[in-house]
Amino acid sequence: MDTGTIIIGLTIFVLACFAGAELISKVPQTLHTPLMSGSNAISGIAILGALIATGRPESIDAESVIGFFAVIFATINVVGGYMVTNRMLQMFKKKKRKKKE
Amino acid sequence: MSTVNIIDFVYLISAVLFMLGIKNLSSPATAKLGNYLSMTGMGVAILATLASPDMFGFTMIIIAIAIGAAIGGYAAVKVEMTSMPEMVALFNGCGGAASALVAMAEFNGQTATFANFTLITLLLSIIIGGLTFTGSIIAYTKLQGIISTRPITYPFQQVVNAGIVVLTLFLTYTVFQDPSNLFAFCMIIVLSLSLGVLAVIPIGGADMPVIVSLLNSYSGLAVSMTGFALNNNALIIVGSLVGASGLFLTKIMCDAMNRSLANVLFGAFGAVDESIADGSEGPAGSMKGFEVEDVAIALQNADSLIIVPGYGMAAAQAQHVTRELGDFLTEEGVEVRYAIHSVAGRMPGHMNVLLAEADVSYDQLFAMEDINDDFSTTDVVLVIGANDVVNPAAKTNPSSPIYGMPILEVDKARTVVVLKRSMNVGFAGIENELFFKDNTMMLFGDAKASIQNLLTAVKE
Repeated sequence: MDTGTIIIGLTIFVLACFAGAELISKVPQTLHTPLMSGSNAISGIAILGALIATGRPESIDAESVIGFFAVIFATINVVGGYMVTNRMLQMFKKKKRKKKE
Repeated sequence: MSTVNIIDFVYLISAVLFMLGIKNLSSPATAKLGNYLSMTGMGVAILATLASPDMFGFTMIIIAIAIGAAIGGYAAVKVEMTSMPEMVALFNGCGGAASALVAMAEFNGQTATFANFTLITLLLSIIIGGLTFTGSIIAYTKLQGIISTRPITYPFQQVVNAGIVVLTLFLTYTVFQDPSNLFAFCMIIVLSLSLGVLAVIPIGGADMPVIVSLLNSYSGLAVSMTGFALNNNALIIVGSLVGASGLFLTKIMCDAMNRSLANVLFGAFGAVDESIADGSEGPAGSMKGFEVEDVAIALQNADSLIIVPGYGMAAAQAQHVTRELGDFLTEEGVEVRYAIHSVAGRMPGHMNVLLAEADVSYDQLFAMEDINDDFSTTDVVLVIGANDVVNPAAKTNPSSPIYGMPILEVDKARTVVVLKRSMNVGFAGIENELFFKDNTMMLFGDAKASIQNLLTAVKE
């Protein structure tokens, strides 16, 4: 990997950190749990690396076996994370209050 | 454009979708849409990866995804809302494990051809991912009550932990010098796994919101490191988003307790303090236990009520009956609001989720800074299983361990009703002088049963 690629990677990393902090500071306390489980689901993006590790070798070898388990863990993270987040968000409702006489 | 370019471009689209997803979490009204955007981003990224021309092992991939989806989906559907903190911790641990495994697979895949930078980021990914995995599992077992929520301490604990960190870094340097040193590589894995266990066991139950947030941040960092190693921009961007998010929540939690992160991590807060156990420092006066009928009369005479939920409400599963009581009193013309401290419960926003589950409208929920000025003009405050977050010692007693922590100033209300399981001190092991004040009515017993009885009594 040449130095230029590393610098580009670091640039992306630093800018994304700032963007992340900025976006998250707007999330109200009420939604902190869904924020956590939602960002947790996103961190399952490691699944991309896991898919590559599993799918790249042309026959089953150590890499693809480790990758296989990585895909399982990452899928639990992604599927479980999104589903609980969705379940929680379904519950956040603003009730229409009955007007009292 | 080559296929690789196209895939990278799709990754950019999914990164934008993730950011829009988080942006839409800024309001409960748009949050669901946000989650769908984020899911779309994930789906697109996965499809793009699978479409890559050098993919072969589809059978294994399909089996692995089916297994993972079945486990994750089952857990997500079955989990009780009160158990959400441990569920999130567990999913988070899976994320950490996935990052570490990807790094291991990569290490195995092309040992000979590593650039220095790739090697370092791979090793960091294994270390951070590994400790996230075991740390999250310990957090899970603590939150589930499988192991004690009290801090587990032993002599020279921090020296031992520091020693392990130094040894891990030394081995990392060794492998960096000689990537074929398989023994050192395996030792790094073992040490990082044990580091996760050792770092989390000394942390007490009341500090769990901080540690769950921090582990979330670590799993993001691990993903970023994997991204650097694989030269995959999607992983770098998403990892840093999650890392920043976790760190931000960690900071909010620490600020809400007026403690530094170092104090949370190394302070063993809530270890049983002998001097308090002696009773030598207990506040003067005595706790006055009241009957349900007395409290019901206070509620019937009130025009305004603020409900302050804490972990005790979650433990007793009392959120539904609390909402019933709130609704009944609202019908009677009482102004009912909920005041929620940032660190109430076992994870950020824990109380909000439970009350939302019980169908409390989110515009009735108030954060501390929005409601603290209103306690002095409120007739009755109902504290349900909260303790340290309403302890006036945080303001008045410089020798208290929680001195300086921002609290809900419930003691300023005309009457404070505290529902508490027993006379024992709370999770942090600190006496609460609120319980001894003249305007405080203590109602002992299981929170759910107490509120049920209260509801019956106020209806009469």
